[in-house]
This record gives sequence, C-alpha cells and structure tokens, in this order.
Amino acid sequence: MFDFLYTSFEALTWQQVVMWVIGGLLIFLAIKKEMEPTLLLPLGFGTILVNLPFSGAIGGEGPLTVLFNAGIANELFPLILFIGIGAMIDFGPVLSNPKLMLFGAAAQFGIFFTMCLASMFFPLNDAAAIGIIGAADGPTAISVAIKLNSQFLGPIMVAAYSYMALVPIIQPPVIKALTTKKERLIRMPYRPGNVSKVTKIMFPIVITLVAGLVAPSSVALVGFLMFGNLIRECGVLNSLSETAQKVLANLVTIFLGLTIASQMQAEQFLQPSTLLILGLGLFAFIFDTAGGVLFAKFLNLFLKEKINPMIGAAGISAFPMSGRVVHKLGLEEDPDNFLLMQSIGVNVSGQIASVIAGGLILTFFM
Amino acid sequence: MNFSNIDFNAMNFVTNLKYMGVGMLGIFIVMGVIILAVYGLGALFNKSEKNKNKKDS
Repeated sequence: MFDFLYTSFEALTWQQVVMWVIGGLLIFLAIKKEMEPTLLLPLGFGTILVNLPFSGAIGGEGPLTVLFNAGIANELFPLILFIGIGAMIDFGPVLSNPKLMLFGAAAQFGIFFTMCLASMFFPLNDAAAIGIIGAADGPTAISVAIKLNSQFLGPIMVAAYSYMALVPIIQPPVIKALTTKKERLIRMPYRPGNVSKVTKIMFPIVITLVAGLVAPSSVALVGFLMFGNLIRECGVLNSLSETAQKVLANLVTIFLGLTIASQMQAEQFLQPSTLLILGLGLFAFIFDTAGGVLFAKFLNLFLKEKINPMIGAAGISAFPMSGRVVHKLGLEEDPDNFLLMQSIGVNVSGQIASVIAGGLILTFFM
Repeated sequence: MNFSNIDFNAMNFVTNLKYMGVGMLGIFIVMGVIILAVYGLGALFNKSEKNKNKKDS
C-alpha cells in the first residue's frame, strides 16, 4: 500500500545522483561566483528536476518537453533572445572605426579549427555544432546545434555558457603567451568619429541585407539580432527597447535554461563524449583568442601606427567581458593605457562575425 | 560508459581543413563587404548631417 513511498528510491541510480551534484555545482557557480547566473541557475535547477526517477517534468506531457518542442526544437527561444541582445549592443565604437570588424572575423578561427579537431571524433554535423561553442555566443551555439540536429545539445550549451563566464580566466594567459610586454604597452589613441543617427538606424538594415544575401542561412540569426538593435537605435521605441533588453531577455533566458536542462538527463550527459566536448570547447575559446591576437600581430608587420595586439582577443563575441578583459590587461601593463573603446568595438564586431560564422556553417552542412 | 558515439579518425582533420579555409575566407569577405557598407553609410549620411548642422548654425 505504501509502495509509492520507496518506488522512486528503488529506481534512483548513481548517475542521477551525479547529475544532482552537477546541477548543484551549476547553481553554486551561478550564485557564489556569479557566473552567467541568469542561465546557469535555471540550468542547474532544471538538471536536478529532470534527474529524479519518473520525473513528471519530462516525457510526453512533461512541461519541459513541451517547452523544448515549442521553443528550442524550432529555435524560437534563442532567436527571441537575440532581439534582447541586439537591443543591448551599441555599435557606435565599431561604426566610428569600421576596420575593427576585421578582428571580429579573425577571432572566429577557433570555431573552424575546433570543428576540424572535433571531426576526428564525431560526425561532421556534431563536429560543426561543437566548433560553434567557439562563437562564445550561446544563442548562436544553440541555434546551430539544433539546425544541424546534433545529439550533444546539452553538453554544447553547458560548455558555451560556462566558458563565456570563464573568459576572464581563459583569455589572459593566452594573450600574455602570444604577446611581448612591448606589444602590450602599445597605446591606441581613441578618435571617436562622427556617427549620425541615420547611420546607426541604417546599419542593422544594411547588415541584414548583406548577411542575408551572402549567407542566407544566417538571416534568421542576424535578422533578429539586428531587429533588436533597430528597436534600440530608432529613437521612438525606447520603452520597447528597454523591455527587450531586460524583461524579454530575462524571461527567455529562464525558459532557455530550464528547457535545455531537459537534455541533461544522466543517461545522455554522463558519457565520455561530454568530457571530450567540454575539452574541445575550451580549445575553441583558446584558438579564437589566439586567432585575434595573431591577426593583429600580422597587421602590425605592415602598419605604421601599430595596433595593440591584445585588442584582437576581444573579437570573440563574449560581450562585454572580453572587451573588459583586454582593457584590464592594458591597464595592468600601463595604468594610463586605455583600450576600452577599441576593445569594445572589436567585441561587438565579434558578435556580428560569430553569427555570420554560424550562418556559414549552416550553409556548409545543411 | 558508452564510447559508441566516438569514432576516432585522424584523417578527418586533414580532410575537413578545407572547411576551415573556406569558412575563414567567407567571414573575411562578408565582414569586408560590411566594412565597405559602413564606410558608404558614413559617407552618405554623416556628411549630409554635417551639412545640415552647418546650415542650421
């Protein structure tokens, strides 16, 4: 008669307990270390939720499965989140110095290099989805992984968001290893250009047109990002822009985190492939950083007015952490060397480049 | 532990390097086009705004 009291205990496996620990760790990192708390907290709690024996949260009518089908399987949640991200970004620094966008392109090297590395272990669609962890851009990683029908959505998302939060730890040693003290001391005076309001309004429209024509698969990603930016810059939708930046982005992130957790079931997650994916994701971030720094060093061979190669590292799209990391490293070397505006400019161009990289990968493999 | 979804083949790295080349080239081309478009926008609208400001003053 009281079987129901211990049926669940009997069905509990050690793997599920390990997943509780992982869920607890994610919650700890979110609260104690403030690592991407908006995402890691729901993800951690969801991980515990789906790893209970006979969990009603998943399965045919389970709310997380319903949410997954409604918002993740069709990429709706990441795309809506992009509206919020687009509304958060001020493209002013990059519009006043468009050349900075080249660093955004160079810093996508890690994506493609990691994809090649991952292809030694996984089928090409999964390898491409793993490589896109290097986009340092959660929604792009999720969108690409879903569209490529990757079986590793859970580990890819955990890696993407964890490493984004770890940018201040991952990037400095790579930057220091690839640059000399003399290079890190290079000053880059900031000369703000005059960017008109019309230019700021036209920019998201033109980017959508260019990206849509060159890489049609990227048009949903780029389009939603740029739509968010258009709301911000048009000047007549300020309350909508604020809603997109805060309420909309936060709401979608809650659902995104909880829903992705439905992919964190013990039998799927506790595999050697997960560890391998986490390792490859780290490689992607390292090679992205290296790509940006080395490209800046390469340009310095030809430029009269040298570039501080550290700003190349900000080309990964972890916004705004990466820009701040570079600025802080500059100040460590020379307290009067302010690289913030340049590094933020490179950082926002990395946001555009990572989305385009995602679109190109989709063009290759869909 | 299930290793069935991992199938090691080192040659795949070399085979797929072409995607790296094409991908990086593609990104630089797209970003190049965007840079040109931004310069175009600047030339078109920043100038006209400057002229307007001059007229107003």
